[in-house]
Amino acid sequence: MSTGTDHDLDRPQAPVVPLGTPCRIPPGAPSNVIPPPGEDLITVNFGPNHPSTHGVLRLIVTLDGEVVVGLDADIGYVHTGFEKNFEQKTYWKGIPYAPRMDYLGFFANELAYVGAVEKLIGIQVPPRAQWLRTLFAELNRIHSHLIYLGTSGIELGAMSLFFYCTRERDSVLDLFEMVTGVRMHDRYPQFGGVAEDVPRGFYAECKRFCREMPKHIDSYLDLTAENPIWKGRLKGIGTIPAETAIAMGLTGPNLRASGVPYDLRRNDPYLAYDQLDFDVVSAAEGDCYARYLCRTREMYESVRIIEQCLEGLPPGPVMADDRKYVLPPRDELQTSMESLIHHFKLVTEGFRTPEGQVYCAVESPRGEFGCYLVADGGPKPWRVHFRAPSFVSLQATAMCSANRYIADMIAVVGSLDGVMGEADR
Amino acid sequence: VTANQLAKAISSNVRGAVVSHAKGIDVPTIVVRAEKLLDVCRYLRDEQGKNFLSAVSAVDFLGYGEDVSGYFGTERGRDLNATGSWGSPATAQAPATRFCLTYHLAHVDADGSPPDRVRLQVFADDGEPVPSVVEIWPTADWHEREQYDLMGIVFTGHPNLKRLIMPSDWDGHPLRKDYPIGGEPVQFTDAV
Repeated sequence: MSTGTDHDLDRPQAPVVPLGTPCRIPPGAPSNVIPPPGEDLITVNFGPNHPSTHGVLRLIVTLDGEVVVGLDADIGYVHTGFEKNFEQKTYWKGIPYAPRMDYLGFFANELAYVGAVEKLIGIQVPPRAQWLRTLFAELNRIHSHLIYLGTSGIELGAMSLFFYCTRERDSVLDLFEMVTGVRMHDRYPQFGGVAEDVPRGFYAECKRFCREMPKHIDSYLDLTAENPIWKGRLKGIGTIPAETAIAMGLTGPNLRASGVPYDLRRNDPYLAYDQLDFDVVSAAEGDCYARYLCRTREMYESVRIIEQCLEGLPPGPVMADDRKYVLPPRDELQTSMESLIHHFKLVTEGFRTPEGQVYCAVESPRGEFGCYLVADGGPKPWRVHFRAPSFVSLQATAMCSANRYIADMIAVVGSLDGVMGEADR
Repeated sequence: VTANQLAKAISSNVRGAVVSHAKGIDVPTIVVRAEKLLDVCRYLRDEQGKNFLSAVSAVDFLGYGEDVSGYFGTERGRDLNATGSWGSPATAQAPATRFCLTYHLAHVDADGSPPDRVRLQVFADDGEPVPSVVEIWPTADWHEREQYDLMGIVFTGHPNLKRLIMPSDWDGHPLRKDYPIGGEPVQFTDAV
């Protein structure tokens, strides 16, 4: 039995792929496919509260029988005005807002915002803090990919995978809780370093996690990779050629699955990634199955990076020693009047930055997460704009689902792995 | 490529396009004229390899530099935290035009080369249209719709310029600096 191909339809694989040299344009707007005039078409509202839309995503689908011939994605249902909020908060108070956008890849969001401010004020982050940030960024990547695997499995009808994934997700969150005190949205990276050093016992726990996680990833792959139903639902579905993926601005696993091994951790190293040994996972096919395989295999690499971070964690402080921007250590507040005043001033008035604009991009679990920050010299940002990879990848939904069965659209939305909190901000 | 070289290369190919250029804190920043934007973008994509558009960001400079968005205890924001009191340079200068559109461009390739980012900027006044770059980078579709929706920038030549994030019947553009915070009228009243 040839999986995938028996799924194909006789109709032409229409307006989707005609991209050649560096980047040309698919005919019509890529974010909405306009149905051709014809009878027997019905328009169906799909979502925003449908269990298989991977979040609060509304799709207005035009159907010819069971085949999607027109699709318009409607987002914004969880728009909470994050960017406006940042303008009303001092730089410090912006940190807890950042992780609440992409609530699965929360750590990358914090890194982008904190990184942008650090670039602006030109503060040097000590190496130990860099390595710790790298470690948690990778733990967070595993967390996000686990949720992707579990939820996209549920959308395809594979219930049990979700339970396995949440089991391991819990051990990732236990590690986060051990160090930061909370399981998600941790405010751990701060301007100039991280909030505090890892506690005693973390090393052994994290080591144990690294030992066990590859076995778990093996078992996910055993469950799914050769499963005929899984392959039938994903192989050859929602194919994005490499040039189209670049032209559509896709990044992260979505781009790497299309045969472009572009990864900011490798192409534009930040934190400690230039000192670590890891492979950039990519695949050539560009279909839902390739995206699934990329994400799942990336977890192996993340475990490798975490192991190296544990081994190579340099000694030293975890916070820069620049009292103009950095909160005084907690214990000094009990004994030093100056520290107390300084703490009070930093928390109430915030610090001032030079005037200017910066863009800081990190490789979040979903791709290039960028923070564009404009500062007027005051204690609050003048404007913060986030480049959200989910926002960009959801644009490709219409392109990937055109002329496929509606059931394939579910697989496509799942495999693009959008987080609506981030897309809507 | 430095900002200087890039600005020279652009002006020799698209005459009179570059308004100014700067080294920038992080990446070269080039300001171009709105009417030349498409030519510059096409040049950057085809000749300079900037095949990837990260994002389109709009900034509203209304009131920029007048009172630094400031300390919460005071009327106009400022006095307890006067300009320069932290050793920072003096008051910010507002640009002559109200809005600024920023295009972050990069080079994406399978060969592991660095992204080589460039920041391209266009200034526009309220209601002044800016050409859409969707035909150059299709990814700009939603980015421009977002900026139209939240900032009220009109893009000419956009295939589907309608609200993306806010409901389609929403009044105003929430990310503008003059959009009221708190006490805004209740919307959706007719939806009951």
